[in-house]
Amino acid sequence: MNQKIISNDFVIRFAGEGGQGLVTSADAAAKAASRSGYYCQTFSTFPSQIMGGPASSQVRISTTQVLSSGDFVDVLVVLNQYAFDNHIQDLNQENGVCIYNAQDCVPSGEGNYFGIDADKLAKESGNTRAANMVILGAVAKLIDFKLESIESFIKDRFSRGRPGDEEIIKSNIIALSSGAKVAEKSGFNVGSLAPSKPPKHDQIIISGNAALSLGATSAGLDSYYGYPISPATTILVWMEQNLVQKDKFVFQVSSEIEAINNVIGAGFSGKKAMTATAGPGLSLMSEGIGLAWMAEIPCVIVDVQRGGPATGLPTKSEQSDLFACMFPAHGDVRLPILAPGTVEECFIIGGLALNWAERYQGPVIIMSEFSLADRSENIKKPILSNVIDERRNSKSSDNGFKRYQSLGKNGELSAMPIPGNQAAYVANGSEHDEIGDTTHLPKHHIRLTERRFGKLSLLNDAHFEIENTSSEIVIMPWGSSKGVAREAYEKLISDNLNIGWIYSICLNPLPKEVLNELRLKKIVIVPELNYQGQWSSIMRMDGINAVSVTQYTGLPFKPSELAEKIREKIKQTMEV
Amino acid sequence: MSERNQEYDFKWCPGCGDFGVKRALEMAINTFTEEFEIPRTSNVIVAGIGCSGNMVHLIDGEQPFGIHGIHGRSLPIAFGISSSRPDLNTIVVAGDGDFLSIGGEHIAPSAYRNPNITCIVMDNGVYGLTKGQSSPTSETGQITTSTPFGKLERKMNPLELYLTYGVSFIASHYSSKPKLLSDFILEAMKHKGMSIVHVQSPCTTYNDTYDILKGDRKKGIPGTAFIIDENHDPTDYDKAKALVAQEGVPLGLIYRKEPATINELQNKLIMDNPSKNVEDILSSYSI
Repeated sequence: MNQKIISNDFVIRFAGEGGQGLVTSADAAAKAASRSGYYCQTFSTFPSQIMGGPASSQVRISTTQVLSSGDFVDVLVVLNQYAFDNHIQDLNQENGVCIYNAQDCVPSGEGNYFGIDADKLAKESGNTRAANMVILGAVAKLIDFKLESIESFIKDRFSRGRPGDEEIIKSNIIALSSGAKVAEKSGFNVGSLAPSKPPKHDQIIISGNAALSLGATSAGLDSYYGYPISPATTILVWMEQNLVQKDKFVFQVSSEIEAINNVIGAGFSGKKAMTATAGPGLSLMSEGIGLAWMAEIPCVIVDVQRGGPATGLPTKSEQSDLFACMFPAHGDVRLPILAPGTVEECFIIGGLALNWAERYQGPVIIMSEFSLADRSENIKKPILSNVIDERRNSKSSDNGFKRYQSLGKNGELSAMPIPGNQAAYVANGSEHDEIGDTTHLPKHHIRLTERRFGKLSLLNDAHFEIENTSSEIVIMPWGSSKGVAREAYEKLISDNLNIGWIYSICLNPLPKEVLNELRLKKIVIVPELNYQGQWSSIMRMDGINAVSVTQYTGLPFKPSELAEKIREKIKQTMEV
Repeated sequence: MSERNQEYDFKWCPGCGDFGVKRALEMAINTFTEEFEIPRTSNVIVAGIGCSGNMVHLIDGEQPFGIHGIHGRSLPIAFGISSSRPDLNTIVVAGDGDFLSIGGEHIAPSAYRNPNITCIVMDNGVYGLTKGQSSPTSETGQITTSTPFGKLERKMNPLELYLTYGVSFIASHYSSKPKLLSDFILEAMKHKGMSIVHVQSPCTTYNDTYDILKGDRKKGIPGTAFIIDENHDPTDYDKAKALVAQEGVPLGLIYRKEPATINELQNKLIMDNPSKNVEDILSSYSI
């Protein structure tokens, strides 16, 4: 047996069929590890069906913040032959180990793998449902993860005040150790997980969609309307469970066309309103989004991207809705876009988008993405008292008040009165005059077009990052590719490549500092998951010399592959 | 041009039925506002697109709040308002094309939810603003600009449709008697739940049905409008069904029942379940 390698980082993947509890296994491992002070990030991929079909779920455990789902798998658990055949190539060639389900899988040839009959061992433990624990015990042994931490996790999880709790806990612990014994006997080991360096602050473990929902709720979300669609459904379900309070309203309506018009009605009536959807729903909403822009009604639309167009890849990763989100409606529009890159940013943006909608009196789009929405991560516990609940300026006097004045000299926006109070007006989707009545006069169309674009400058307090300004080449990821791009960037920097880093959670309007910096750059390289290079196209439109590194597999980038692609792209563009 | 805004450049054609509906709506809003002692600005009018939609700009007297939205979506906009702000008097004004054709998909789910919304549907059997195309309530065989050889489809019976979906208050009237019409609009506003007042509001330019509705003895036209028998029991679903199956345009209250509104149900749900505060929700994610 080789000497054990001490590593800061392991990827553990469970692969099999949908409905086999793969997600639960990865979540349990993530929870157990994060309780022991490690950082975790899960990632799942599954077909668009409830039971069956090839699926997998993994967790990356690290002593430092996890940025991506990683390059390789260190411990691969396969529950059937198909899973073995399709995942074995991802196994770390150096010292990765595969555990296969001895009942359903006969691997060909020799390799770093061994079989385990989890069902049999579970039965022997006295709990036929503890097969996952058998596997988890084997996995833990392979990376020298303390079984006691998992035992304490089991105790917490099954201490529910029910009569059978004791027995269930006991059998699960037996199952865990029987799995560990098989792994020990196999003689394999992947390495030793370095001791954790637990953060000093409190933590939570949460998915991107839940973090976004929680962020919105803590910033005063009043009304939520939605229609089920992958991968946004979990936001609707979260709201139905949690937005149950006096003077709040949450409802599953009958289409995305209804949902967008519902949030327009709610926003007009003075409430903070939100809906969430994916690409197909966004397309149905486009006319409504145009109305919210034209009539200047605050509302938030979340687009949790998946592969498109049409039904496309409903449960896969793609960042291909940027054109559709920034220019969703006919006519002259350019919507404010907030695109979170981490689970923590999902929380922040959930609230910020609602506040922006109130501040600039219009629709704000949040662009999340399947892999970000669905993954769980342990993040710093947000401090709720720090969250701002910004409300629109609704102060108005009755006397000759004009809702749709031109912007003031310093960009001031006239107030938006709330029904039931004075200074009533008509919010009009036709071009209108100061009080909202329809007009076709050029002076009003000019004036209000300029108002609608001009007030975007009020949205100027989003987070951005600029690093290594001396470099003429810069990497600028957006949205869910942030983490993996960061990992690739750090790799390239450690290889002494002189490149810079620019990141903005707001893609429109770009913060002035970011725009100025981008315009100075010789090349801006954008890693993004779409064919056309949508973000670099938009930046070129704005006079920035941007090129994309694209991928359209339905899966996120892998950090090493991305680093290579960036290196290649730099070479190509420098040669030209 | 409206009284309050000389620059407003939309006009209804002379004799348009919508003038009568406007007067009826103004009367109903005035009475409702006085009777319930609410601010006049607690009335919100949601309009779709079409001739009818311009109603929202033309209300005389102190301006209520309004949305002049997009074609066909007045019901979901109104649902967003009334569900989020049940204290407001939410009114939809729509045309037959707007409400029954492009907006038809919203009637059934709205009826099942029973939100507290009053809908006034101005039915002129034609698309007026786009210059005379056929609508769901145009007659079969009717010649319009989009059916130059006569309309092929069956004519829709909107009252039957509302009744089938279970709209909880259904009245039918015409625009020629604003005072009578306003009584039904007022009743509809007072009704807790989804109410529809379906109004025959003729288009004098493209589909002038005044004579057909009211009849003209000199021309030998009998008139299709008839006053609903005073013995009609609007709480009797079967009788209402028989009534709307009759030839002609009934004038009066067709059907009324009082199931709980969606907000009443939601309030009960909130009372019955422990309210969740954000701090507790956050703690549930602790590691």
